[in-house]
Amino acid sequence: MTESLSLEIRALHEVSLTVNGELKTVRAYPMERLLDVLRHQLGLTGAKEGCGEGECGSCSVLLNDALVNSCLVPVLQAKDADIVTIEGLAAGVQLDVLQEAFLKSGGAQCGICTPGMILAAHHLLRRKPNPTTEEIREGLSGNLCRCTGYIQIVEAVAEAARRRAAA
Amino acid sequence: MTGDHIVGVSVPRKEGRDKVTGRAQYVDDLTLPGMLFGATVRSQVPRSKIGKITFGPGIAWDEFIVVTARDIPGKNVIALIANDQPCLADGVVNHPEEPILLLAHSDRHLLPQAVAAVSIEYDQLPALFTVEQSETRSEVIWGSDNIFKSYLVEKGDVDGIWKKADYIVEGEYKTGAQEQLYIENNGMIASFDAQQGMTVWGSLQCPFYVHKALMALCNLTADKVRVVQMETGGAFGGKEEYPSMIAAHAALLAIKCGRPVKIIYDRLEDMAATTKRHPSRTRHRTALSKDGRILGGEIELTIDGGAYVTLSPVVLSRATIHAGGAYYWPNVRITAKAVATNAPPHGAFRGFGAPQSLFALERHMDRIAQVVGLSPVEIRKRNFLQPGQMTTTEQTVREPLDLVRLLDRALELSDYHAKKQRFAKENELGTSRKGIGIAAFLHGAGFTGSGERNLSSVVGVEGCADGTIKVLVSSTEFGQGTKTVLCQIAAETLGLPYENVEIAQADTDQVPNSGPTVASRTVMVVGKLVQSAALGIKQTLMGSGLLGDSYSAEQFRSACRTQVAAHGQFRSWARYEAPADVFWDDDKYRGEAYAAFAWAVYVAEATVDMTTYNVSVDDFLALQEVGKVLHPVLARGQIAGGVAQGIGYTLYEKVIWQNGRMQNGQMTNYIMPTSADLPVVRVFFEEMGNVHGAFGAKGIGELPMDGPAPAIVNAVEDALKVPFDSIPLLPEDVFEALLAKREPQSVGGVR
Amino acid sequence: MRSNPADYQLVAPASLQAVVSLLAAEPGAWLPIAGGTDVMVQYAAGKLPARKLVSIWNLPELRRIEVSPEEIRIGAGCTYTDLREHEVVQSEFSLLARAAAWTGGIANQNRGTLGGNIVNASPAADSLPALLVYDAELILISVRGERRVPYKDFHTGYKKTKLASDELVRAVCLARRFSGYLAYTRKVGARNAQAISKVCIAALGRRASGVVEDVRIALGSVAPVPLRLAETERLVTGKPVEPSLLVSAKRVAIAEIQPIDDIRSTARYRAAVAGNLVAEFLEKIGEN
Ligand SMILES: Cc1cc2nc3c(=O)[nH]c(=O)nc-3n(C[C@H](O)[C@H](O)[C@H](O)COP(=O)(O)OP(=O)(O)OC[C@H]3O[C@@H](n4cnc5c(N)ncnc54)[C@H](O)[C@@H]3O)c2cc1C
Ligand code: FES
Ligand code: FES
Repeated sequence: MTESLSLEIRALHEVSLTVNGELKTVRAYPMERLLDVLRHQLGLTGAKEGCGEGECGSCSVLLNDALVNSCLVPVLQAKDADIVTIEGLAAGVQLDVLQEAFLKSGGAQCGICTPGMILAAHHLLRRKPNPTTEEIREGLSGNLCRCTGYIQIVEAVAEAARRRAAA
Repeated sequence: MTGDHIVGVSVPRKEGRDKVTGRAQYVDDLTLPGMLFGATVRSQVPRSKIGKITFGPGIAWDEFIVVTARDIPGKNVIALIANDQPCLADGVVNHPEEPILLLAHSDRHLLPQAVAAVSIEYDQLPALFTVEQSETRSEVIWGSDNIFKSYLVEKGDVDGIWKKADYIVEGEYKTGAQEQLYIENNGMIASFDAQQGMTVWGSLQCPFYVHKALMALCNLTADKVRVVQMETGGAFGGKEEYPSMIAAHAALLAIKCGRPVKIIYDRLEDMAATTKRHPSRTRHRTALSKDGRILGGEIELTIDGGAYVTLSPVVLSRATIHAGGAYYWPNVRITAKAVATNAPPHGAFRGFGAPQSLFALERHMDRIAQVVGLSPVEIRKRNFLQPGQMTTTEQTVREPLDLVRLLDRALELSDYHAKKQRFAKENELGTSRKGIGIAAFLHGAGFTGSGERNLSSVVGVEGCADGTIKVLVSSTEFGQGTKTVLCQIAAETLGLPYENVEIAQADTDQVPNSGPTVASRTVMVVGKLVQSAALGIKQTLMGSGLLGDSYSAEQFRSACRTQVAAHGQFRSWARYEAPADVFWDDDKYRGEAYAAFAWAVYVAEATVDMTTYNVSVDDFLALQEVGKVLHPVLARGQIAGGVAQGIGYTLYEKVIWQNGRMQNGQMTNYIMPTSADLPVVRVFFEEMGNVHGAFGAKGIGELPMDGPAPAIVNAVEDALKVPFDSIPLLPEDVFEALLAKREPQSVGGVR
Repeated sequence: MRSNPADYQLVAPASLQAVVSLLAAEPGAWLPIAGGTDVMVQYAAGKLPARKLVSIWNLPELRRIEVSPEEIRIGAGCTYTDLREHEVVQSEFSLLARAAAWTGGIANQNRGTLGGNIVNASPAADSLPALLVYDAELILISVRGERRVPYKDFHTGYKKTKLASDELVRAVCLARRFSGYLAYTRKVGARNAQAISKVCIAALGRRASGVVEDVRIALGSVAPVPLRLAETERLVTGKPVEPSLLVSAKRVAIAEIQPIDDIRSTARYRAAVAGNLVAEFLEKIGEN
């Protein structure tokens, strides 16, 4: 057993995962970060690397409906998982309500935190469709934004919640 | 012509859709065929002769491209102001993290180990790490006296006032370094081809700075260097000068290997190696009359520039001119200097020197108020600049400025007086103390002094073959809304729908040099030029009879199409011309320092938790006069975001140095505020109009960085009745100060 | 990313049994990785000594919370989100639910596990003071079988535990006997979210006939391991909450801890705040 396992070092693995609804199979080292697989192998560059250590949230994606920092997920742990990235949020040209709200409220300035921020907000609204301001602030507290001071982001999320409730 | 205004309306951000869908392309999102990845080997010591360099075992060195200073085709310098900073250290290093060698490989994962395997022998020299050490000149590490630049501003007769003074108030104030902490780390891609020359794509603010640096470094003519800005994930000044260094490195590797090379810093490298806000020390000595009027004063200002000149003279200049703030000084002497230390060079950061000197001044005003026995409000009112008076550089205030009214309005909006009373009462009880503080200040828009004249920026507007309009500028978008606002200005000028106007990517092959995107100059200076160039388009079309006095958007497009079909490329240019009445004397540091100033009063409400000594900002009111607000959502976003950075600067963000090296270069221990830490910033604008800017706009980008620190620290003093004169102000500092005040109680006896 | 993925091996056996067999086959050779929020950070920084990793993420055997009348048994692979959302944890073990709620941001809480926090054994770990005051017991598992050890004996020093090289933490057991206590907890970090504690406290207390009847106080980030303040607890037990008691409790508490100066804070500050927190807790008992 030991023998055969150590042979696997430096061996690429086939890993299948569903990304934005499509089944994908990649060949990767099992410790490759999900972030790198998404960006370099699948061409999904919406997830960004701001810190590589779980602090900034700009690499956020949904893994089986849970918000995770893809910089801290070895790809093998995403095997057979369902992944949603920012590219999977809009239905074709129709933007998601959150994306529209970010546009309108000034929630995106430089835009580098935006994909992660929108996914964190999406995750929050799924669990709490009518969040209080405090809950929004808590739900986004793992996503750092250096541009906005968060105010217009929080407003965008509240606005999206209202619009989803009204829909 | 469409009757609706576009300026003053919150139109959708030009690149907004790409940003919310993840399609916006930042430099790390771009991959070129055959591209290699580059990495930088940096010095481990502050100041040293470089000895033997060994390429250690265990690495397949023949697979790596290696570049040293000897590979540089042109001058080994990052061309900027003094041209003293090498691109790669040659023989000596002057700060930790100074680049020495470059490596490239096709597998990015092999680089970190290779970098670690290069060992360098150092023959260390004594080094200096603080302003005070630099001033002693125990070592001369730069020039003959460790001074990069100094300024002297003199107005009136300062020496004569001391004997007339009823009060003399002195104070010393310090500010720390601050990391810009844009969420996108720095990065560049370079590609070289002997025929086409050098092209770089990157995260940057100033395409023509990079252009200039690459020409000198690679010994190429202007037409053989092309710089393209990719979407830029935050900059705040942090991508003003350092991108030239990274572009230079990528370029050298690309020349050597004949393939494109990408260099992307990780967070550790970005924090360790790139610029930060200049630490500062300011000393005030002020003479006052019995009724609290400033008779005059001496201001001595010193900033720590790090190991090379880079932008320190310009930062110092802004710090100097803002040192007297929004007050009238009949007599003043400001002596300012930027000194060398063996730390990585400090650089541009939103505010550019003004936050440092305004922190000192606005803290000092509260100290003066106490000594004189007036309230912080009253001392300010008695000394505010008024129309017709002259600033410290003897620039006459020509606009109908009314700072007393601005202050009163801020007090009213923040419910200042009621709160101040209530807090004083409530502070007797409970486990927290609350306080409220104000800061009144100004920020000059555009380059300092003769800067704009020297830049002589050019802007183009193109009528395209399909009848739409394209704005051609090198001004860059990095979140502030440059693209959107410049398109609004062109659309409004031409009476076209916003959707008919686009803006070219900032690509030095495609756009003229409209100057760097810094100094809150884009809307005011570049915007005005866009307006002129757009008018040129309109006049041409009208002159050639294609367009009447009034027209519909469709008529305009049709006229434009006809023009292009008949005459080919259809462009109109505008070049900056300094207004005739603007006078500036660079030697005496006297005259019209800025074409316009924005004015503001900020009010901060803070709570100190007496169990943990944490300070939180509970309410923040930002009232400013910035001329015409061209895009309310963006403008509010700029202010709120700037205040957030200001709160970070004041209460959270501390760079911990050891021998010139940042010890906490990770997001886990360099602490910027999260959404759970910041208050709602209440943003208000007063509009006074400005003749110099497009549609009456002034700059707003940097202003909000200036006020938070003094307003918050003034609030903390109000809460605790203990003065704090340096930032960042961390809970540990609050604790120590309280302890000192209640000595001889032992540790833990404070509460 | 400062490590080369090609240099690392990672396997993901499908069952707990398979994992412990692998650990037994080569004791010490395999590093378990659960949510990876500590391991991957080290890896990204190029500082992960282990080259062979075995994933225990999402193993069903480790991700259950079982409730019996006497105790709650939390699988070591439960995430902070699992803890925050569990009814019994919320109602009877609020110190743990609160600690879970402030361990990093939401993304971190969806991945970080209780087992990981225990075995990572950082002095600043936020859930560990709660485990101390609840007298938690750990169930450790290996091919040799299971053993049950009190948490307080498990964590032996700075980043050191009694976990054998072939063992995993299987579950954390908490006796359901603390509902009658006042629960007090605070985390003092450099910001309100995403912060590593400078000091944290978890405490339980009960007052009867005007005196402190029973207290349990634990602090994190003030010593190489999270500490129960035994002396302080002894001092205050049986006494009425009065200003003089607060002063002496503070003094004793400060004498019991060994805080240090580091990149996040100072020893003096930590000591003072630890004392203040103890006093604040006692005041709350007094008001109760
Ligand atoms: C952004 C960020 C913020 C954080 N904030 C906090 C915070 O506020 N407070 C705090 O306490 N921590 C914090 N952490 C640290 C971390 O999230 C916790 O320690 C977490 O509990 C680790 O769990 P994990 O499953 O991710 O551990 P892993 O990284 O998977 O493993 C950690 C260690 O535990 C071992 N291990 C894991 N599970 C078992 C098991 N069942 N049996 C035996 N060994 C095991 C692993 O081998 C490894 O040595 C933070 C981390 C990040 C990245
Ligand atoms: S890059 Fe993953 S959290 Fe910052
Ligand atoms: S918009 Fe720039 S970091 Fe959030």
